[in-house]
Amino acid sequence: MTGIPLPFAEKGTMIELKNVTKTYNGDSLPVHALQDVNLEVAEGEFVAIMGPSGSGKSTMLTLLGVMNPPTRGHVFVDGIDIYSLGLERRADFRHEYIGFIFQQLQLLPYLTAEENVLLALAIARKPRGEKAARAREALAQVGLAGKENRLPYQLSGGEQGRVAVARAIVNQPPLVLADEPTGNLDRVTGTQILDLLRDLNHRGQTVVMVTHDREAASYAHRTVNLLDGRIAR
Amino acid sequence: MRLVDVALRNLRRRKGRKILLMLGLTMGVATVVSLIAITATMRADVATKLDEYGANILIVPRANDLSLSYGGVTVASAAYDVGELSLADLDRIQGIENARNISVVSPKLLGAISLAGRSVLVAGVRFEDELRLKQWWDLDGKEPSTPQEALAGWRLAQALHLRPGQEIELEGQPFRVAGILGENGSQDDDILFVDLASAQQVMGKPGGVSLVEVAALCTECPVEDMVEQISGVLPQARVTALRQAVTLRMETVGQLGRFAIAVSVVVIAIGALVVLTTMLGAVAERRQEIGLFRALGFRQQHVMRIIFVEAALISLAGGFLGWLVGMGMAILLAPQLANVTLPVAWDWWLALGAIAGALLIGLLGSLYPALSAARLDPTNALRTL
Repeated sequence: MTGIPLPFAEKGTMIELKNVTKTYNGDSLPVHALQDVNLEVAEGEFVAIMGPSGSGKSTMLTLLGVMNPPTRGHVFVDGIDIYSLGLERRADFRHEYIGFIFQQLQLLPYLTAEENVLLALAIARKPRGEKAARAREALAQVGLAGKENRLPYQLSGGEQGRVAVARAIVNQPPLVLADEPTGNLDRVTGTQILDLLRDLNHRGQTVVMVTHDREAASYAHRTVNLLDGRIAR
Repeated sequence: MRLVDVALRNLRRRKGRKILLMLGLTMGVATVVSLIAITATMRADVATKLDEYGANILIVPRANDLSLSYGGVTVASAAYDVGELSLADLDRIQGIENARNISVVSPKLLGAISLAGRSVLVAGVRFEDELRLKQWWDLDGKEPSTPQEALAGWRLAQALHLRPGQEIELEGQPFRVAGILGENGSQDDDILFVDLASAQQVMGKPGGVSLVEVAALCTECPVEDMVEQISGVLPQARVTALRQAVTLRMETVGQLGRFAIAVSVVVIAIGALVVLTTMLGAVAERRQEIGLFRALGFRQQHVMRIIFVEAALISLAGGFLGWLVGMGMAILLAPQLANVTLPVAWDWWLALGAIAGALLIGLLGSLYPALSAARLDPTNALRTL
C-alpha cells in the first residue's frame, strides 16, 4: 500500500478502501476488476490513478463515486461506509459530497452554460436567485464570466471543459472525481483544466483523477498505479 | 433551474417525437369524444323525436265483455262498453305530473260497421294526431282534409277494391276514400280510418272514445311512472305500457353506447401502448443523460418526476386537442351517421373527462419507462466503461 505523504499526515482521511474486491461476471469467467485493494486518501490531497486499460481504474472511480458497489470490502468517504447506505441515500450522498468531471464532459446540448451548471443544483432546496448566483460564481471561478448564456456548441472545447468543472464544483463538494479530464482535449486546453483542478485542490477540495497521461499525473501529489486490479508497489 | 425546467427544456428538443406522441393521443381522445358526443346526441334525439316511434301507452276502458282486438291488445266491444272513455278524459291526461313528456295523445273510437255487405273495423281518429303518431304510414293518395274523408288499410282496400278518390257510404252517410295506406303488417291494414267526430256520429256515440294511444318518453323517469299517473286520473280505464317502440330505439342507442365503451377501451389501451413505446424509446435515447442526472445526485424519484412531467404536458395538450377534434368530428358526422337533427351539445364535463383521461393514459403509459429510467445505472454517464 502506498503511504500518505507527510503534508497530509495531520489531516483527516477523506477516502479509505478496505480490502475492496470487485468482480464482474463475464460471459464465461468472472473478471476481477479490483482485488483486495487497500487505499487511503487524505483530506485535501490530489491523487492521480494511473494504469493501462483494464487495470481497474474506471472501476475504482465509479466505486468512489457511490455508483458501483464492491463485491467485497468497504469504502469509506469522510468516515461514512457509503455502500451501507440505501439507494436513494447514495444519490443524496453523491449530491452532497461528490463533484464529477466526466471524460465526455456530458454537457446537455439544449442547456446554456449557466443552466448546465444549475443542473447540479436542480434538486437542491435553495431559492432560485441563490442557485443562479452560485452558478454564475462557479462559472466566474473557471473564467467563463460573460458566457453564461451560451449553448455548449457556441463554446470552444476548453470552455466546455470549464463548464463541466464549474458544474462539478458549484455544490462545493469535498471530493472531486475526474475521469480522464484531459483525454479529449488538445494540449493547451488540457493544461488549463489541470490548472483548474490544482486551483480547486489548493482551496481545500480533495481531487481524485483517473488518467493515463503522465504529465497530467504530475499535477497530483501522489500517483497510485493500478495493474490487473491491484495497486502496484 | 428546477426539475420542471429540465423537463420543459427537454420537451423543446426532439420536437418530432413529442408532436407524434401528442397527435397519437389527440386521435385516440378524438375518437372517444366523438363517439360519446354522438351517442349522447342520439339519446337526446330519441327524446325529442319520440312521435316517430309510435305510441307506448295504451288507454282502454275497464270492461268485462270483450270482443275486438287492436294491436294484440284486446279492447272493449263497441256494442257494449264504448263511452266509458270520453274526450273530456283527454284533458285530464294532459294534466298529469309528467305531461311535458307526452308527445302525442291520439284518441280512437272503434266499431264494426257494414260496408259493401261486409262488416269492417272502423276507427275514428283525429287525423292530425294519428299521422304524427304513425309517421311510418305510406300513403297512396292524399291526407284527409275534411271530416268526410277516410283512409283505408291496405288489405281492406284490396278486399273491397277501394281506390283513392272513391265514394263510399257508412250507415247511410257519404264518405270519400282520400288515400290507401301502404301495407305495414299491422292491424292498420284491415281498418278504415275516418274522422273521430264523424265516427262518433255514424256510430251514435257522441263524445265516445274506445281507446287512447299516447306517445311519451321519460328519459329521466320510467314510462311505468306515467302509466301510474294516468291510471290515477282515469280510474275507469286500464292503462298499459307498450314498450317495444321506444325500448327498441333506446336499445339501439344503448348498443351504440356499449360499442362506444368497447371502442374507447381499445383506443385507451392503444393510446397507453403508444405512450409506453414512445417514452421507452425516449428513455433509451437519454440513457447517458439520465446517468448524468443520477451521477449528479438525482434520486430515482427525481428522474421519474422529469419523465412524468414531460408525459403529463404532452398528454394535457393531446387531451385538449383531442376534445376539440372529437367535437368537430361529432358535429360533422352525427347528422350523417346517426340521422339526428339535434345539434351536438358542448358538454364541459366531456372536455374535462377527455383531458383527465388523456392525462391518466399518459401517466399510466409512462409508468414503466419512468421506472426503467430511474433504475438506470448512473455509470451510464461514464461512457468509458
